[in-house]
Amino acid sequence: MTTDPVPLLPRGTRLHQDRVRDTWVLLVPERALLLDEIGTAILQEVDGRSSLAAISCRLAERYGAPEPDVASDVREFLDGLVGQRLVDYQ
Amino acid sequence: MTNRPSPPIAMLAELTHRCPLSCSYCSNPLELTDRTRELTTETWIDVLGQAASLGVLQLHLSGGEPASRRDLEVLVKAARDVGLYVNLITSGIGLTTARLDALEAAGLDHLQLSLQATTADKADWIGGYKGGFARKLVLAEEVRQRGIPLTVNAVMHRHTIDDVGAAIDFAATLGARRIEVACVQFYGWALANRDALLPSRIQVTQAKDTVAKARRAYAGRITIDFVPPDYYADYPKACMGGWGSTGINVTPDGTVLPCHAAATIPGLVFDRVTEKPLSAIWHDGSAFQAFRGHEWMQEPCRNCARRDQDHGGCRCQAMALAGDAAATDPVCRHAPSRPAIDEILAQQVAVSPSFVYRSNKREKTSSVNIAAR
Ligand code: SF4
Ligand code: SF4
Repeated sequence: MTTDPVPLLPRGTRLHQDRVRDTWVLLVPERALLLDEIGTAILQEVDGRSSLAAISCRLAERYGAPEPDVASDVREFLDGLVGQRLVDYQ
Repeated sequence: MTNRPSPPIAMLAELTHRCPLSCSYCSNPLELTDRTRELTTETWIDVLGQAASLGVLQLHLSGGEPASRRDLEVLVKAARDVGLYVNLITSGIGLTTARLDALEAAGLDHLQLSLQATTADKADWIGGYKGGFARKLVLAEEVRQRGIPLTVNAVMHRHTIDDVGAAIDFAATLGARRIEVACVQFYGWALANRDALLPSRIQVTQAKDTVAKARRAYAGRITIDFVPPDYYADYPKACMGGWGSTGINVTPDGTVLPCHAAATIPGLVFDRVTEKPLSAIWHDGSAFQAFRGHEWMQEPCRNCARRDQDHGGCRCQAMALAGDAAATDPVCRHAPSRPAIDEILAQQVAVSPSFVYRSNKREKTSSVNIAAR
């Protein structure tokens, strides 16, 4: 695996706007993960083309936050999902 | 109950009780609903829309065998159209390649394939259907090639729990991302077959070991959910987030249940989708209200520190073994009725009796013998 992988939502995992609870959720087999604002922002950038660095760069710009901090948040969040096979790195 | 319950997350839609298999641990009720009493396509579509508006996110299409309904594809499409995540729980029998095409086109999100055993002889014996395993393999390969997200659901009991390692390997070769290895829960058909199904303590200990090893071996490749039989536990399994708090279950004739086994509790009155809106049933239905919160609890649950963790365990098991649906789950080591479980464990027989297969005619029993363990 490269050090700057491209994350991708595999088939069977999808982002969904939950209007009843007024939040975004990640729908996955057997579960629905309620997302906070940061999780939502990260997953909305996961398009199967952008690398982690590209995603972190965009988010850092949008939120006016230091890029290394954003990059480590993004990495940690997505690594957790990869470990559960809910996101793939390619 | 004064607080308005939060919306349900998941709906189990039991489309039909029809099924080509007749597993001895089937979670359907002993009284099966006839085809002529099943809800129509239009009613189901309406119910799915109501479910989504109520806040349901996950839809589990189940049965019986849901593929026994010819309108399955139509219902999958209708569910996706209202934003539901659609999981099909199937034995694989009755799903042709043409139907898989249609299900994929309709937007099926995920498929959960039941696995009766890892060899044909055993699987067909357990499912009570000759040739079933071979057909399942054909379907599974088709699912793998298409890349449909797959969970294998291997039901564990006395006759299969020693093969848990093989079941996990099997799921991995099918490309499954998840395997659920759940031990049979004893109500309905499984309760009638308990002596033939309950694994021994040694079997359970070995299975835990095997699962722990497999988790290490398959880390990052396959998620293994393991639910050992609760009879050997000190505390009961948590009733899915609490009664009437996360799930809603609709039976083939439109009866709405707080859990799939709720009909085993006498005295509960269930509403039907043909008579009331789903949201009214969820919020105010008496069966849903019956065990919400803590009011209904008795000692020792009422003042127990774990009461919000396990909600006093399973109401259906309390009914079945303690004769009182509001009692502490007999599995709990604090339960006054725990001796009933210990008695069952102590009386385990060395040779398994034959199965009572699920059927409409209750007297049909197994004439097949496999090496009794
Ligand atoms: S006493 Fe009741 S709440 Fe406490 S652990 Fe046992 S079943 Fe759970
Ligand atoms: S009452 Fe028992 S069977 Fe029903 S949902 Fe709770 S734990 Fe499951």
